[in-house]
Amino acid sequence: MKAVARDRAISVALVAPSLILIAVFVYGFIGFTGFSSLTKWDSLEPNFKFVGLHNYQRLFSIVPTDRFLCDLRNMVTFTVLFLAGSIVLGFALAILLDRQVKGEGIFRNIFLFPMAISYVVTGVLWRWILGPGSTQSGGALGINLLFDKLGLGFLKWGWFTDPTSVYIHPDSHFGVFLSHIGLGGLATPYVGISLAMISVAIAATWQMSGYTMAMYLAALRGIPTEMREAARVDGASEMQVYMRVIVPMIRPITLSALIVLGHISLKIFDLVVSMTGPGPAFATDVPALYMWETTFRGNNFAQGAAIAVLLLLLVAVLIIPYLVSSTRSEVRR
Amino acid sequence: MSRRIISTLSIVLVLGASLALVACGGGKSNKLEIFSWWTVGGEGEGLKALFDIYHKQYPNVQIINAAVAGGAGTNAKALLATRLTGGKPPDAFQLHAGLEVEKYDPEKYILPLDDFYKSEGLDKVLPQDLLSLLQYKGHYWGVPVDIHRANILWYNKKVFADAKLQPPTTWDEYFKVVKALKARKIIPLAFGSKDGYEAGHTFETVLISVLGPDAYKGLWTGATKWTDPKVADALNTLKKLLADVNSDHSALTWDGALGQYFITNKAGMMIMGDWVNGWFISQNFTDYGWECVPGPKVFDGLSDSFALPKGAPDNTNAMNWLKVCASQAGQGAFNPLKGSIPARTDVDPSLFNPYSQSAMKDWTSEPIVPSVVHGAAATEKWATVYKDILATFATSGDVAAAQKALDQTATDNLAK
Repeated sequence: MKAVARDRAISVALVAPSLILIAVFVYGFIGFTGFSSLTKWDSLEPNFKFVGLHNYQRLFSIVPTDRFLCDLRNMVTFTVLFLAGSIVLGFALAILLDRQVKGEGIFRNIFLFPMAISYVVTGVLWRWILGPGSTQSGGALGINLLFDKLGLGFLKWGWFTDPTSVYIHPDSHFGVFLSHIGLGGLATPYVGISLAMISVAIAATWQMSGYTMAMYLAALRGIPTEMREAARVDGASEMQVYMRVIVPMIRPITLSALIVLGHISLKIFDLVVSMTGPGPAFATDVPALYMWETTFRGNNFAQGAAIAVLLLLLVAVLIIPYLVSSTRSEVRR
Repeated sequence: MSRRIISTLSIVLVLGASLALVACGGGKSNKLEIFSWWTVGGEGEGLKALFDIYHKQYPNVQIINAAVAGGAGTNAKALLATRLTGGKPPDAFQLHAGLEVEKYDPEKYILPLDDFYKSEGLDKVLPQDLLSLLQYKGHYWGVPVDIHRANILWYNKKVFADAKLQPPTTWDEYFKVVKALKARKIIPLAFGSKDGYEAGHTFETVLISVLGPDAYKGLWTGATKWTDPKVADALNTLKKLLADVNSDHSALTWDGALGQYFITNKAGMMIMGDWVNGWFISQNFTDYGWECVPGPKVFDGLSDSFALPKGAPDNTNAMNWLKVCASQAGQGAFNPLKGSIPARTDVDPSLFNPYSQSAMKDWTSEPIVPSVVHGAAATEKWATVYKDILATFATSGDVAAAQKALDQTATDNLAK
């Protein structure tokens, strides 16, 4: 009995310092941020006058500025494009490398190099590549110049300087139909695709597809060749071998890649700040950038706290189901 | 047993030695810590010139340059806020003159300098408009070192000479010039909006020219309503202005736009503050002219000053630093290197380049208004929302919505 109690005491004592530190510096601060978001704190001296959900209402309103709504739209556009791009590209590269090519190690390293660069460097790099130059000066730059030289001049466009948002216009047929069935709220510029974010998504995909490629490559190597051969013996074509046998087996990898990349994309900051800034009409603005500006330049700590809480909720929506399901499967084991 | 004794003894010795070192390190020595965001270029050199003057007068004091890099002091200001509230402030720190001081809760953290102004006679050598700008809640909080002007229309002399154009002084003339430049396939106005504040900056110059100095100042105190039709006029003028800029402006900063279009004679004009002057000097480009932004001649000013924290145990060194900054010699050494003009009206103009000399004349003769984008006219909170509204307007062109938004944020910020 005594030995068990002593063991328990030692384990508690070992874990306690970390627990206390996390409780204070993570959860305590989260609580303080949540509390601050309900106050009127907009100067150096904390002002904890309670104003309820005023800051949140301000974020979701169009007056004085619709910046946060644009941020949410941009964040969704970026997340969808970035996740789809990284996973598809990573999987494609992994399949190609899985073919036992000569110099596989070299190719693997080349595809993984971008991950070693900081996001700031990637941002500056892609700003130079995708910077459109201007039509008036007669000088396209970067990739637009390349299109010109290859005779593909019609492909030129503004890249991240294009403020267009593709959305369902309330007066269009589909928009009218939506308002008939009560979903008229979906026909606004804030539920759409921000074309400028495509450029940022390209830069981020370039950086992180090496990561997904590495994960998929390891997973593909883990599939026993007997399975593939059995499938082929049963008459499956190459395509069917992949779609019916391999893809389902690497589903857990896809899931963890989605989670890791997803929470990076929700909180993306340094890539946007170095590549495009907030962009024309906030076409490339993201919540983290807005939070930084409003807190450290605008001194509006309460509003920054509100954005931080919303960001936390968004990431939690992504991560908590994954944690719950993985804990459950562990318990089952 | 003996191994235990040795290991215990060695631990005690190491701890004791480190404690002794810490105690030694904290000894009193004659230091002066200056906090600013002047790290590179003309600004860094100007600060060093001030250090040299101080060192000649007070050779026993060690100057610590605690400058923090980062444009417009974004990083420095955040760090300063932390140090002020944390109780370890620097001996003297840089501050934009005007309402930016509200950000640091001056009554709690900053030393009022009214006696200093009297003893140094500053109220006689600084213009009256600047003095009223420097006051907040009835006290002076900082000593101004330099003045920058925000509302200048820079033009490329070669482009204008080739097109046989005169720099415009009214908006009608301006749009005629735009037509002529467009016909010659030259970008009328170079513009770079990557940092997000440039549309707000251009708009404040248009506001000043359309409303005039007093009505403009009234916008920030509530005396002038933002729903005034003149504000709508200003918005429409800005819309026309921005219709003829380079199409890739959101990918360029102001200096990027200058470098790509202005110096290469592909653009004719730019509206920006006179830090452009410092940039031209660093690029060895002299073929430029300047005019006040079309409209009445008003000096849209912003100023850097130095302030002292409240409650410092011994601020003799810091006070001497302020004396150096406020002196003729100090301002005459700092400003030519930075490309700005001195706040004092009695510094020798021959130390400065042609643009600065003309600006110094304007400083003493024209009415002075505070710049909002650069921290003088309104609190940072208001200035940030103003800048965002203008950034949206620059693309949407919706005058009614912008005016409504500007009015809403004025109500928010004036209703304290």
